[in-house]
Amino acid sequence: MDVGIIGYGVYIPRYRLKVEEVARVWGDDAERVKRGLLLEEKSVPGPDEDTATIAVEAACNAVKRGGVDPKEIGAIYVGSESHPYAVKPTATIVAEAIEATPNLTAADYEFACKAGTAGIQTCMGMVEARMMKYGMAIGADTAQGAPGDPLEYTAAAGGGALIIGKNGAGALATIEGTCSYTTDTPDFWRREMQPYPRHGGRFTGKPAYFKHVTSAASALLRQLQLTSRDFAYAVFHQPNGKFPLQVAKELGFSSEQVLPGLLVVKIGNTYSGSTMIGLAAVLDQAKPGERILMVSYGSGAGSDAFSVMVQDAIETKRDMAPKVLDYVNRGINIDYSTYARLRRLLVR
Amino acid sequence: MRKVAIIGVGLTKFGELWDVSFRQMIVEAGARAIEDAGIDGKQIDAMYVGNMSAGQFIHQEHIASLIVDHAGLLPIPCTRVEAACASGGLALRQAFIAVASGIHDIVVAAGIEKMTDILAEQTTEALATAADQEWEAFVGSTFPGIYALMARRHMHEYGTTEEQMAMVAVKNHHNACFNPCAQYHMEVTIEDVLKSALVASPLKLLDCSPITDGAACAILVPAEKARRYTDTPILIAGTGQASDAISLHDRQTLTGLRATVEAVRAAYKMAGVEARDVDLAEVHDCFTIAEIMAIEDLGFCKKGEGGKITEQGETALGGRIPINTSGGLKGKGHPVGATGIAQAVEIAQQLSGEAGKRQVEGAQIGLTHNVGGSGGTAVVHIFKRGD
Amino acid sequence: MGVPRFWREIPNRYNLIGVKCKNCNRVLFPPRFICPGCRRVGKLEPHKLKDRGKIVSFTVVHVPPNGFEGQAPYALAIVELEEGPRLTAQITDCDPNQVKIGDDVEMVFRRVGQEGEDGVIYYGYKARLV
Repeated sequence: MDVGIIGYGVYIPRYRLKVEEVARVWGDDAERVKRGLLLEEKSVPGPDEDTATIAVEAACNAVKRGGVDPKEIGAIYVGSESHPYAVKPTATIVAEAIEATPNLTAADYEFACKAGTAGIQTCMGMVEARMMKYGMAIGADTAQGAPGDPLEYTAAAGGGALIIGKNGAGALATIEGTCSYTTDTPDFWRREMQPYPRHGGRFTGKPAYFKHVTSAASALLRQLQLTSRDFAYAVFHQPNGKFPLQVAKELGFSSEQVLPGLLVVKIGNTYSGSTMIGLAAVLDQAKPGERILMVSYGSGAGSDAFSVMVQDAIETKRDMAPKVLDYVNRGINIDYSTYARLRRLLVR
Repeated sequence: MRKVAIIGVGLTKFGELWDVSFRQMIVEAGARAIEDAGIDGKQIDAMYVGNMSAGQFIHQEHIASLIVDHAGLLPIPCTRVEAACASGGLALRQAFIAVASGIHDIVVAAGIEKMTDILAEQTTEALATAADQEWEAFVGSTFPGIYALMARRHMHEYGTTEEQMAMVAVKNHHNACFNPCAQYHMEVTIEDVLKSALVASPLKLLDCSPITDGAACAILVPAEKARRYTDTPILIAGTGQASDAISLHDRQTLTGLRATVEAVRAAYKMAGVEARDVDLAEVHDCFTIAEIMAIEDLGFCKKGEGGKITEQGETALGGRIPINTSGGLKGKGHPVGATGIAQAVEIAQQLSGEAGKRQVEGAQIGLTHNVGGSGGTAVVHIFKRGD
Repeated sequence: MGVPRFWREIPNRYNLIGVKCKNCNRVLFPPRFICPGCRRVGKLEPHKLKDRGKIVSFTVVHVPPNGFEGQAPYALAIVELEEGPRLTAQITDCDPNQVKIGDDVEMVFRRVGQEGEDGVIYYGYKARLV
């Protein structure tokens, strides 16, 4: 496989809602929730933000790091479960806003939280097949959690974008391989015309998240004949702080390998953005020659695993756009009533 | 070019006229003007009507025909002119040109707006169409917002204060109390203004002119024939009109209106007078900051001192240069298309000595200043007593 | 605003594409179809503006127009871009009461409005304090 990451970028909205605020409204024990989810606060989109605007800023950052002419991007795939339109692509908005139009293909993907990594695989295949020079895969969401649902503590907003190209084209990291694991497992869903998703509670754990993440990761390790010790970092989908640490343990990874890419504690679950923002946080600090395991998870259910090897170009490209922590650290705390207004739970 | 005089004026009551229709208003104002002029309707040769947006306010276009029909003046030519809130001033100018040129002898300059037949939000939205829809309204600009941008910059550059702006409202509400046609007969205090709800900071509700129904008419004839109809003809000694960019962000300055400066320059030149010769003026105070900028742009004080001379009482009744003795747009009301004519009505009454308790003693020269949008159009007229 | 009217300005609204006069080098935004200085002698070409500028004046809109209810109160400003042109834009992601004349801003891509709950979403530029 001769494909790599040419550029990456993220965007995380500025507003933050602390666990304490949600717990106060619903009469929950905040400390217990924080222990249970390993999460302190989540990002909340502003009144003028949605998946498209988040995707655009992440994509702009990826273009800055990639140093590519947007007109050479041959495909844009935007993965999300909160596309602003039910019918009409987000990808065209992004394509226009980064001036990649009109000679490219574009589409929206939906596969719960792993639609962004599905886009990476599509781009890898197309680049490998020489259908285009660069492809852009974006995972972005403004996740919905019904008021009072446990999801309300975690459902956050953010996005990540990767530009995929041939390794010779200035890749900051190569992708050594990818492997997926997919079954029909209804652990979490949102029906047409419904505003909020429903989920199977504890069913989202063992038969869903853990089964798929471990299966995809194990298959990739087997395929590449690698073990957990060959990786400097591991990034897993982050619906809360607990699951990725636990799945790492099951796969033989230490928490030291996971913590640099574990952003959920401070920004919540950014759904399609989650794994990609985690990878970006690791790329923000990784050295050339270090290997990263990235495994996404999308309810319904499936996991995509990737092995990424950091290259020399990371050193020059890293500082060409804002880093994950730049966005994480510029949060503005809001109270629940402001949150209710921003998320349009209250409308005048 | 012939000299032109006003021989009669008429005004409806200004306010929320729930029981009066568009067509009824124009007939009322017209009948009063004809009566004031002492002419017969049959003598009228033509009519110009200022109206911003009957299409949006009452969903009626082609109002020229409607008006002349319901006024019983068929088949004379009637022409609607539009420049947002300066429509009335433009109608006066068109009527002036028609008489001055010799095409017509007796011409009615009218202005009308019926603004309360729709909800206040819809009225506000209709008014906002005077701003650039693509690059101002699209991004969330409102009319008060655009004037607030000017106010903030004026405060920044010249130290104008919110209190000084409030004093414009206090003065104009006070003046309106002496005007039977005014929308408000209600004094306000500086504190009332400062404590009223924020609309677009630093502008508050009482910094803004209201939504008003109203109509106004003036009858113009060649000056040499004016004495046949009245002992006190009012000469239109000068007229000036100028344009500027529709969008505030495209203008050379935010702290004044270039269109006003250019329009008044032309009007002063034509009338052969200077700012210091003017005894009183009706200026376009759609917002309090607009009056402060207007008195500067018209030359009544140096740029930046509008707030100061307002504070010092120079623009009050009895002051050096009384401004908006009628109550202005703020106190008398602002039926947008009618405003430019209503301003001329006030000056005509003042120069005729018929302004009652708000009379400026010995007034010989008056000025009207009417602005379209946030300053894309300005029209100025200068009036002199005919004796 | 109808769909075609929004659509035809998309490059300008999404990417700050203005025009530059090849005759006098003046950069204009919003775009125009004739150079106001050179008129017919001028030659206008599309020009992508740099996304940095300064606040010339601002207001906080408390009574918003239809379609902006969910965003009010919001800061609205006249921004002078580095290359000279001025535009009107909302200042996003800020406490509107902290905005000052002279503040540096960068232009960002945001939802500006929408044609009702089931209509087209209008994306475009806003300014963000830097």
